Amino acid sequence: MTEFVKPSIEYFELWPLLVVFGAACLGVVVEAFLPRTLRYPVQVVLAIGGLVLALVGVVLVAQDVRTYDDGAARGILAVGGTIAVDGPSLFIWGLVLALSVAGVLLFAERHLDGGVSAFAGQAAAVPGTDAETASIAANREHTEVYPLMMFAVFGMMLFPAANDLLTMFVGLEILSLPLYLLSGLARRRRLLSQEAALKYFLLGAFSSGFFLYGAALLYGYAGSMDFAAINEAVRNDVGSSSLLLIGTGLMSVGLLFKVGAVPFQAWTPDVYQGAPTPVTAFMAAGTKVAAFGAIMRLFYVALGADRWSWQPMLWIIAILSMFVGAALAITQSDIKRLLAYSSVAHTGFILTGVLGVQAADQLATGEISSVQAVLFYLATYGFATIGAFAVVGLVRDGGGETTAIDRWAGLGKESPVVAAVFAFFLLAMAGIPLTSGFVGKLAVFSVALAAGAWPVVVAAVLASILAAFLYIRVIKVMYFDEPVGAGPSVAYPSVLTATTIAVGAAVTLVLGVLPGPVLELAAVAGEFIR
Amino acid sequence: MNLLSHSVLLAGLPMAEEGATAPVVAPDMGAGGVFDLLWLVIALPLLGAVLLLGVTPFLPPSLRASVDKHGHLLGTALAALSFVLSLVLFVALLGRDAEARQVGQQLWTWFETGSLTVGMDLLYDPLAALFLLLITGVGSLIHVYAIGYMEHDPRRRRFFGYLNLFVAAMLTLILSANFVGLFLGWEGVGLASYLLIGFWQHKPSAAAAAKKAFVINRVGDIGLSLAIALMFATFGTTDFGAVSELAGEADQGTLNALGLLLLLGACGKSAQVPLQAWLLDAMEGPTPVSALIHAATMVTAGVYLVVRSNFIYELTPVAQTAVVVVATVTLLWGAILGCAKDDIKKALAGSTMSQIGYMMLAAGLGPAGYPYAIFHLLTHGFFKANMFLGAGSVMHGMDDDVDMRHYGALRKAMPVTFLTFAMGYLAIIGFPGFSGFWSKDRIIETALAENLVVGLLALLGAGITAFYMTRLMLMTFFTTKRWEPGVHPHESPRVMTVPLVVLAALSVLGGVLLLGDWIKTWLEPVTGTVEHHEPPLPALVITLIITAVVAIGVAAAWFLVGKRDIPREAPRDVSFATRAARADLYGDAINDAVVVRPGAGLVGGLTAFDRRGVDGAVEGGSLAVGGLSSTLRRVQNGFVRSYALSLLGGALLVVLALLAVNLR
Repeated sequence: MTEFVKPSIEYFELWPLLVVFGAACLGVVVEAFLPRTLRYPVQVVLAIGGLVLALVGVVLVAQDVRTYDDGAARGILAVGGTIAVDGPSLFIWGLVLALSVAGVLLFAERHLDGGVSAFAGQAAAVPGTDAETASIAANREHTEVYPLMMFAVFGMMLFPAANDLLTMFVGLEILSLPLYLLSGLARRRRLLSQEAALKYFLLGAFSSGFFLYGAALLYGYAGSMDFAAINEAVRNDVGSSSLLLIGTGLMSVGLLFKVGAVPFQAWTPDVYQGAPTPVTAFMAAGTKVAAFGAIMRLFYVALGADRWSWQPMLWIIAILSMFVGAALAITQSDIKRLLAYSSVAHTGFILTGVLGVQAADQLATGEISSVQAVLFYLATYGFATIGAFAVVGLVRDGGGETTAIDRWAGLGKESPVVAAVFAFFLLAMAGIPLTSGFVGKLAVFSVALAAGAWPVVVAAVLASILAAFLYIRVIKVMYFDEPVGAGPSVAYPSVLTATTIAVGAAVTLVLGVLPGPVLELAAVAGEFIR
Repeated sequence: MNLLSHSVLLAGLPMAEEGATAPVVAPDMGAGGVFDLLWLVIALPLLGAVLLLGVTPFLPPSLRASVDKHGHLLGTALAALSFVLSLVLFVALLGRDAEARQVGQQLWTWFETGSLTVGMDLLYDPLAALFLLLITGVGSLIHVYAIGYMEHDPRRRRFFGYLNLFVAAMLTLILSANFVGLFLGWEGVGLASYLLIGFWQHKPSAAAAAKKAFVINRVGDIGLSLAIALMFATFGTTDFGAVSELAGEADQGTLNALGLLLLLGACGKSAQVPLQAWLLDAMEGPTPVSALIHAATMVTAGVYLVVRSNFIYELTPVAQTAVVVVATVTLLWGAILGCAKDDIKKALAGSTMSQIGYMMLAAGLGPAGYPYAIFHLLTHGFFKANMFLGAGSVMHGMDDDVDMRHYGALRKAMPVTFLTFAMGYLAIIGFPGFSGFWSKDRIIETALAENLVVGLLALLGAGITAFYMTRLMLMTFFTTKRWEPGVHPHESPRVMTVPLVVLAALSVLGGVLLLGDWIKTWLEPVTGTVEHHEPPLPALVITLIITAVVAIGVAAAWFLVGKRDIPREAPRDVSFATRAARADLYGDAINDAVVVRPGAGLVGGLTAFDRRGVDGAVEGGSLAVGGLSSTLRRVQNGFVRSYALSLLGGALLVVLALLAVNLR
């Protein structure tokens, strides 16, 4: 047994992480000590301030990361090798932080529902009781959502940067626990929301169990939690390969659950539908970005030498996700469930990029690497998703949001701008040229093709056709169907939601027309460090 | 007859010079000084178009009304400024040494994908300089003329916006330093032409004519865009400089294809057979448009394309021969149409086709012909714009009647129009001393030197030209009055006659460009030099023969038209030849039979296939997917226990997949 060594903490490189964590803790203190009326403005400012400060930190660190090991990978290992601050980490941090700023803006929106936010007045009040009525009458709202969200952001940043099995697990849990809670806090349709939260929690706990078991098996195989050490063990082929394979498989379960890949997607539609729409928006965008960062780090760094064993497994999962997600989305009658299944299909597309990994020396000049393609796809997907869910929050009737698709008929006439923006996001998700979705798909397909995974690419193209059908069906409903009854109405959002939608649309357009700079940025991010 | 002559022609054409290569385009990128303002030549009219078309609709109503009232002055002023700048640039270019007269300007990188980079680059050389002067000069005059001509049109602001748009696009076409930029301008002038032909869109004939022009031009554009794509594939660039350098390394098949595809593009824009059918209908547009776009400038873009691509044509005798054949057929085709048309604008349009045929012919003859192609293009720009504007002036006085059978004896009623028109007339038939005399004479002479058959056909064309132009002149300004009741012809206002006078002066004096072979020397850096083939007869004798042929044409018209009474209704019992010419030599019928009907059949077949085959597959597929989707949906039953079970199943699947791979 080696002696315990106090790890050194690289405060400068970890600055973004620490700021977010600090802001979250400060938020808890604010809840405890500030009067109710002050909490909302202080929490919002604190959250946005923390995120922006962290974002600045990301930019500064990115300018400074030292060349480590070889020319392709830049970054350092912090806190005794448990956290890797490298190019991909920083790219994901930046992306998560940007999406989280948009998330806070959506959380803080109070215009849509008569001056209160989308969260329950008093979560502890049982639906339908006097306590609930009283909390509604008093116009209360939970401002704890901001610190909860900041903790989730912290988890989303730690998760993809974790450089050993245990840190990764801790990141996974930090990211998940606040999200379970947030999912149950909807102001309207609270039973549905609470049911979703419970399901998410139970299944999440179940999958975490798999993850932890897998981690234990991997430790048993390699004798170390450290990714670099595991990689070394795999390379030298020590120990029993069944330990390695089963460990890999069980850990994949935990990770694939988080990104909602088939057959681990069952929670997605229920949770996406039940959670408050701002939470859905934040979670759909942020979790996927963070979890794919973690997937790439685990598979590329720790298990990179064992590529030939896990690639076929990902082939199957990717193809299943694309087809099942797209096929199930077609028959959905609820827009949030439809977007949930579409996110399952997108998971398949992103996995197509993940499995397109090649050794650095096999990459032809000018060819993009799989890390670059996946990071770019995540950026396009994140902004389109958060924008689309923000639009979903606008379309309402007397009972709150109207998420039934047939109630969206005639939206094109009712509110041409909202319908056009939503149609634009849908076209981006379908991958129509001049939107970011097209470039993202092109990127992941081309890396998969270069890596010889042409069957997956063929399947992906076919699945794209299926997916295009479902998006265009919604556009058809909005523009060409006769409205039912009075038709949908569109609530006028405050500048917060409007900004989120505008930024989402702008990014989606710019990444579609001029993808160069962001692709370049993803290329500069380089490879993971070991 | 034409078909027969082709086979004779193809038998042995000594057209392309052995081993003759065009000069490499290598512009001086850092000329500085006034050349830095090159971009402004395009930007000025573009600004006008943006202001008049893009900005005005968003102004508050009161401001918009004042722009509606005075916008045409802005458009005219910007075109005129562009002309002044072109003039300054021209003088600056004159001041440089002959070998330094290629000036480039890089504006920005237009797009960059993979190994392809296309820059927004400009090239200003002697060829572009002449075009700039023609486009902005004649363009400005026509702007001025249109102030009077469009005075009572409620959409005048828009008209001038379109005119400015056209000028900007045409200048882009001419100034671009690569084929993609040229294509941008090419499509821009096509758009402007479409908008202006259909400007009076309330007339179904105008709308149909605009559509026809657009569709036929598409065919040509396919040729041009394929040529550009082929250049990308072959040379990896479309830059004039790089292509002119690399052209020699391409294999003959590619070069032939390039030449023929470029020719197809040129045929569309310049209304050459077989893509000629749109030009006569295009006369539905307002007359200033016919003068500017469909006579002086846009329709000559095909000639420009061939001359500009000389570095390709010099290497492909096959394509050069095709150019000559197309040109010869067109010059006769247009002339024959001109003989039978009673609509004054259509008669002039036929003549335009024919004259462009002459330019093409010269361009197809290689370095010996290039300068004369451009020379004729310039003089034609002067005298044809002059005559079109004159025709517009006549129509203005005759209540927009275009039928020459309703004219007659107008020389007294419209003295200025008559005199200026007469200058144009004398120029086009090649009356000694007038501009057209010099340019056409040189083309026929060169053609005779290069190939006897082509030369003789060009000579015949000159005779027919003299005939139909004399006919037009006689029916309009001489013979007896055949006016419609209630029509009182009057001279047009000053704003219309002044441009006429200027253009008439240019029609007379355009020949000075040939003094001391100036234009030939001037264009040498672009077109290159070549050993001149000695014509079969001394030049003076050829000139005399041409003049004699022209005289015969004039005399024939005098005896057939001038000496007889002209019926107010077109006679019906006419020969087959006249009937054919009146029907545009069955151009539309040929298009219908060769393209439209087979096309409609093909589309019908495809539609049927789409309905049965494709739709069947898609609908069957969607049914299957829908069924699958409904089945899968049942698994999503909302119970956590089922979800957990599926998770467990998934875990098994993943682990088994991993193990299975390794068992192998």
